[in-house]
Amino acid sequence: MSWEAVIGIEVHVELMTASKMFCGCAVEFGGEPNTRVCPTCLGLPGALPVTNRAAIESIMSIGLALGCEVSERSVFHRKNYFYADLPKNYQISQFDVPVCHDGHLDIEVDGETRRIGIERAHMEEDTGKSTHLGVGGRIQAAEGTLLDFNRSGVPLVEIVSRPDIRSATEARVYAQELRSVIAELGVSDVRLEEGSIRFDANVSIRPGEAEAYGTKVEIKNMNSFRSLERAVEYEIRRQTELVESGGVVVQETRHWDEEAGVTHSMRAKEGSSDYRYFTEPDLVPMVMSPEWVAQVGDRLPELPARRRARYLSQGLDVGAAGALSNLDGRLRAIYDEAVLAGAPAKAAANWLTGEVVGWLRKSGIAPEQLILGGHDLAELVSMVDGGAISSSAAKDVLDGVLSGEGSPREVAERRDLLQLSDTGALEAAVEQVLAANPKARDDLLAGEEKALGFLVGQVMKATQGRADPRAVNRILRDRVSS
Amino acid sequence: MIASSLSEAGRLLRAGDTTASALLEEALEAASRTEAQLHAFLTIDTEGAREMAGQADADLADGIDRGPLHGIPVALKDNMCTRGVETTAASQVLAGYIPPYDATVVSRLRSGGAVIMGKTNLDEFAMGSSTENSAYGTTYNPWDLSRVPGGSSGGSAAAVAAGSSLLAFGSDTGGSIRQPASLCGVVGMKPTYGTVSRYGLIAFASSLDQIGPFTRTVEDSALALSSIWGYDPLDSTSYPGAYPDPTAALDRGGDGLRIGVVTELSGEGFEPAVEAATADMVARLEKTGVEVIEVSLPTFEIALSAYYLIAPAEASSNLARFDGIRYGLRVDGSTTEELMARTRAEGFGPEVTRRILLGTYSLSAGYYDAFYGQAQRVRAAIQEDFARAYSQVDALVSPTSPTVAFEAGARTSDPLAMYLSDICNIPANLAGHPAISVPIGLDEAGLPIGFQVMAPALGEETMYRLAAEVERQAAFSLSPRALGAVS
Amino acid sequence: MPIEIDIAHVARLARLGLSDAEMESYKAQLGVILEHAARVQSLEGEPRIEAAHPLGLANAFREDRSLPSLDRDEVLAQAPVALDGYFVVPPALEIE
Repeated sequence: MSWEAVIGIEVHVELMTASKMFCGCAVEFGGEPNTRVCPTCLGLPGALPVTNRAAIESIMSIGLALGCEVSERSVFHRKNYFYADLPKNYQISQFDVPVCHDGHLDIEVDGETRRIGIERAHMEEDTGKSTHLGVGGRIQAAEGTLLDFNRSGVPLVEIVSRPDIRSATEARVYAQELRSVIAELGVSDVRLEEGSIRFDANVSIRPGEAEAYGTKVEIKNMNSFRSLERAVEYEIRRQTELVESGGVVVQETRHWDEEAGVTHSMRAKEGSSDYRYFTEPDLVPMVMSPEWVAQVGDRLPELPARRRARYLSQGLDVGAAGALSNLDGRLRAIYDEAVLAGAPAKAAANWLTGEVVGWLRKSGIAPEQLILGGHDLAELVSMVDGGAISSSAAKDVLDGVLSGEGSPREVAERRDLLQLSDTGALEAAVEQVLAANPKARDDLLAGEEKALGFLVGQVMKATQGRADPRAVNRILRDRVSS
Repeated sequence: MIASSLSEAGRLLRAGDTTASALLEEALEAASRTEAQLHAFLTIDTEGAREMAGQADADLADGIDRGPLHGIPVALKDNMCTRGVETTAASQVLAGYIPPYDATVVSRLRSGGAVIMGKTNLDEFAMGSSTENSAYGTTYNPWDLSRVPGGSSGGSAAAVAAGSSLLAFGSDTGGSIRQPASLCGVVGMKPTYGTVSRYGLIAFASSLDQIGPFTRTVEDSALALSSIWGYDPLDSTSYPGAYPDPTAALDRGGDGLRIGVVTELSGEGFEPAVEAATADMVARLEKTGVEVIEVSLPTFEIALSAYYLIAPAEASSNLARFDGIRYGLRVDGSTTEELMARTRAEGFGPEVTRRILLGTYSLSAGYYDAFYGQAQRVRAAIQEDFARAYSQVDALVSPTSPTVAFEAGARTSDPLAMYLSDICNIPANLAGHPAISVPIGLDEAGLPIGFQVMAPALGEETMYRLAAEVERQAAFSLSPRALGAVS
Repeated sequence: MPIEIDIAHVARLARLGLSDAEMESYKAQLGVILEHAARVQSLEGEPRIEAAHPLGLANAFREDRSLPSLDRDEVLAQAPVALDGYFVVPPALEIE
């Protein structure tokens, strides 16, 4: 029996607005507990919510970037459940009229493009954070939970995919691509490690030809793209083994254990949740007029897929286009400037994804602080192409430019890296070496390749390494053929 | 009394014939004289009030005039958050709770120079029609101490009736200002939904709650409303458009107005004295030139049913925050679940518990559509009935309450009987329309009867115009005999 | 006819730790009240509008500016149990 995995991904994205979703408390990471709270996000009696307009524009951007319809009229609902980190014991969320719906995200897996449907993107508020204290923690030998409501009320966008994903790899690529789209929009810093982007997966299996969906299991607690892929992989295997041995998949939520590499069942729920959704009476409907939607749409930046296509059209191969696209915006801007200044796209991309990235990593400097203009890069490439410097010398030249020593030409001169490529001088040097090495000369004229290499080396020695080895090579070959 | 109305007090203050401190001392004296019998107050903030009165006098001396409420002693229902002053919503679950912020209405009162003398008693979380559901003891009716003042804003109504306050504020979700006003012989009104900020009002039913004033006169009511209403950016349901002037038509009389007597608000359950007084007032109004017709709003028959699904549903959600974690009562448990369940079981009284259960049920899976969903459809139908009625008339009238004040304990064992106290009031809440109760007379036992005027949304000018005429025709004397001479 | 309800389930949803006797009592009362409330089902026809804010409000927004938060001491002064700036509770069971 062949089984098909059916996977859907739910993503929660914390927006990087200045203030919270329904109140004026600041949105920041870290800090002392309970210092960014107010009556509204703390759930004090009498408090009321007021919607952050920028958050709505952010979710509209996300929806448009994902090809969604923006609802003309949208409302908030109360999702009622009791939990210590939920101050009102209801979450203001959206039920049946989300801000955005019916979009898609195209992903590239194994050279193929797959379109993953996006059912909806809706707006809600984040909860507080609980820290569990074990025995022997700060509370004397007692178990307890510490609550910090700084995060309570932070704007949260929930993006729900359709169950169109068919493998763990696709799941990972979907998550990565979604993250890079949202990063591009600048509406969230989408840091997995800080929790500003979170993934849950819904996994089920069904017989290869079947249309009906199998029972789905929700998986939580995947804190990296790799663990997402591993978790989904594991769960597919678990369900397959279970069903093949005559078992039945139970609808439940399972917790991914990164260390053990397995999913654990969370404590069985007493019946399924009844959230008793009803329209939030403390808020009024939102009307997203076509004009407003168009304004938001006009402000969208170039998105990753479009950017990659542009790189391809400039001559980069798929791998290079992908690598360049994933670079920090500053580096991509340098690439664009360099190409405009005449640099060949491939070379410009290569330098950035290779040497420049390496230099940044070693120096620890942030991309925004990089001393490198697109014209510098273009100059560097042209110096290499024209033989003014060798490609190994070019790495030193780059180091000099990045360290602030000046333009590539200035650095090459100051560091004495300019190659000898003046034809006359080179020919003279070649003649000298030939004269000094008669046996090698004869071997060369007889067609021995080894002699060529030896003679090039001799010319390099004679010119203190400054000769352009390619030009020397060319001169020697000409001698042979003439 | 130094002054028997807000407007009179204001004149005396500005003429230098009295001071804010004098007005306050008189109010405090009346309160202390009557409190043992009435129990209208939960907190009297003598020190804080004296400070405010002093400041009000200093301001006036410096030529700073903050408006109609400057220097006036004011009492607030204890479901309005007052920073630094205990606010309990008459519940054990908030015993000792001190809000770290003021309700918007409270801020406006402060900046209007009002002197906040204390917090008044109410039915727990504003749920009730008699103030008997208070966790801190009931309030009694100044006209007959064996009877209830009505509810849920019974404390505020009693305080004004007893002369402890020229002005008190309450909240009205299903009649909780108008009904006690009627039972206590004072003027009480509920504004158009969205015109008075709910920020800082401890929520009962978010789509129905509104704050409003209790006063001795209709003019005072209009002045008080003008001082507190207006757009508040902290309340998303707050109206940002143009507001009418409630005082503009007080002297115009009813001639030229067309009113509808609501057919459904009469008959079974209505005391004969109440019906007679209502009919009498309608006849008087007609003589002054008001055109009177009968109007039927058939959906009124099921308004109570819709209200007792919508209000508890919203309340069940609004009261979920009382869980013993961040403020208020905590009853410990070995898990958070247990802590919450025990805190709430102990902290809430029976009526609140009943409504939370009712509301939870009506929203729950499988029942939502037939109960809460259907109730909202009825609500829409009521709004349609009103729209149709107001295409024919300028205002609708009825008794405020089917009965006069009933005896304490008379309805406490029959929740439905208690709920029926509000059948005249609930429709205006469901529609979000303004409505006012004006005292028009006493029954044979000397208990007050109230007359209700309802108007369309933002129709306060017309509502007050007619109410002023009703007041003139009634020539009602506010003298609750149970407390001896007051005025 | 009074309506039968699963009072234990409703009480659990609402986190009300009621005794058995209390639950029996509320069950009976609620049955009667719900019978009355069920009259909403007698509404004839469908209303042409949806119940809404009487003044038809929409798009009530605030600008994205951060404002001062509450003073933590004042906030924690109301907390039944606090420690090192945190609210403290016993361990939670799994989320429902």
